[in-house]
Amino acid sequence: MIKVSHLNKSFNGQPVLSDVSVTFEPGKTNLIIGRSGSGKTVLLKSIVGLHEIDSGEIWYEDTLFNKLDFNSRKEIRKEMGMLFQGSALFDSLTVEQNVRFPLDMFTDKSMEEKLDRVNFCLNRVDIHNANKLFPSELSGGMKKRVAIARAISLNPNYLFCDEPNSGLDPLTAILIDDLIKEITLEYNMTTIVNTHDMNSVMKIGEKIVFISDGYKCWEGTKNEILDSDCAILNDFVFANALAGQLKKSKGKPDQSSTSS
Amino acid sequence: MFRFLTQLGNYVILLKKVFSKPEKAHVYYKQTLHELVYLGFNSVGIITIISFFMGAVITLQTAYNTENPIYPTYLIGLGCRDSIILEFSSSVAALILAGKVGSNIASELGTMRVTEQIDALEIMGVNSASYLILPKIIATLLFNPFLTLISIIVGIMGGWMAGTLSGVITSEDFIYGIQYAFIPYYITYSLIKTLFFAFIITTVSSYHGYNVEGGSLEVGQASTKAVVYSSVLILLFNVILTQLLLS
Repeated sequence: MIKVSHLNKSFNGQPVLSDVSVTFEPGKTNLIIGRSGSGKTVLLKSIVGLHEIDSGEIWYEDTLFNKLDFNSRKEIRKEMGMLFQGSALFDSLTVEQNVRFPLDMFTDKSMEEKLDRVNFCLNRVDIHNANKLFPSELSGGMKKRVAIARAISLNPNYLFCDEPNSGLDPLTAILIDDLIKEITLEYNMTTIVNTHDMNSVMKIGEKIVFISDGYKCWEGTKNEILDSDCAILNDFVFANALAGQLKKSKGKPDQSSTSS
Repeated sequence: MFRFLTQLGNYVILLKKVFSKPEKAHVYYKQTLHELVYLGFNSVGIITIISFFMGAVITLQTAYNTENPIYPTYLIGLGCRDSIILEFSSSVAALILAGKVGSNIASELGTMRVTEQIDALEIMGVNSASYLILPKIIATLLFNPFLTLISIIVGIMGGWMAGTLSGVITSEDFIYGIQYAFIPYYITYSLIKTLFFAFIITTVSSYHGYNVEGGSLEVGQASTKAVVYSSVLILLFNVILTQLLLS
């Protein structure tokens, strides 16, 4: 479980997040949604400690993460995996070396054991015969999948995904969404996904937090999101032409097709 | 002044992070070997070419400016030797390396920063500053003295070839000149300077690359800043070290 309490964050005196409090539950795909520039990425990066917060608390289970020093944070960070918007694979390393990297740094396994784990992770994300390729030789979808493989190589308890579908075609985006959902269930991880893609929201969202202008405006489930009376949230949810038409005709998207 | 002090403070903080205990020694060892090839061995070519031609030019310039029967011709060899050992192979070569290696380091780290690769390291719990910068510092401190020695040898060879082929000095006189009143400490002085300059080039360039904020434009600016600041600091420390080591 990750608990954020009264989090405030500003850049050069300009508030970006104001009094955000939310609890992210284990074994579930938690989504942070909102418009571009609403503060989603800053919230995610604050939770993982890439941004130092101005005030508030970030708890990982019973540990107050934001008060820990760099070395103490390392222990919790070994429990984290993160999928970045641009994949953030190391350019100078091959696919195999990228996935092996956390194992090289933090385990004393033999090379054979490490390679077994690398191949297991790559197979899990459906990447085959690409061990010796460099990131520049991969497609956008493949990069994301390799990044997921790297993120799960140490069996993390927490998975963070920043805009996992950005730059992907709709079918590949669905594949990535499915993969995140499956891995979350399989490893019983606390997963937090940043997105503004409503397809992802309806596909994998179990707990959804809506951020607007740095404030938490709404929190609920994907079924509740369609019946919300929050005007800003409705503007965001029904901005899509098809969803807007469905709303006008007082219909709702087919739940059976969106539930996983 | 405030900005300068802030930058200096951030530079010191970065160095503290860089020199903290490494996570896995064998990973750092491999990374250092990679940097030895990437930053050191790959610079041999440019240092060789420039040293050869600079040695040649120094010899010809010395010859044309000391065209006087009072001066013995072997002084051309002596002038070439001392110019190369005392200044060219340490200071001027360091300025060239600040351009090549410095911009390389700054753009590599800057690109890693803007593409979130450094963030990815931090998320894993890796001390990114130490993992990325320490092997570069070790590699340049180990390899740059060899570059200086190569530069000295090739520079003097260039001077000898230019002098003898153009006929301004005989081979015997040149060889006598480079042996005449030789002070071995000059080599030590040159190597000590090289170590300081290697540290300046690597750390200053790393500082600018590691702290890039923005996109490709800022990476380019960081690369330029890395070269400019490294070069200025090399020139400043050249004066200080010369005073300290030769006075």
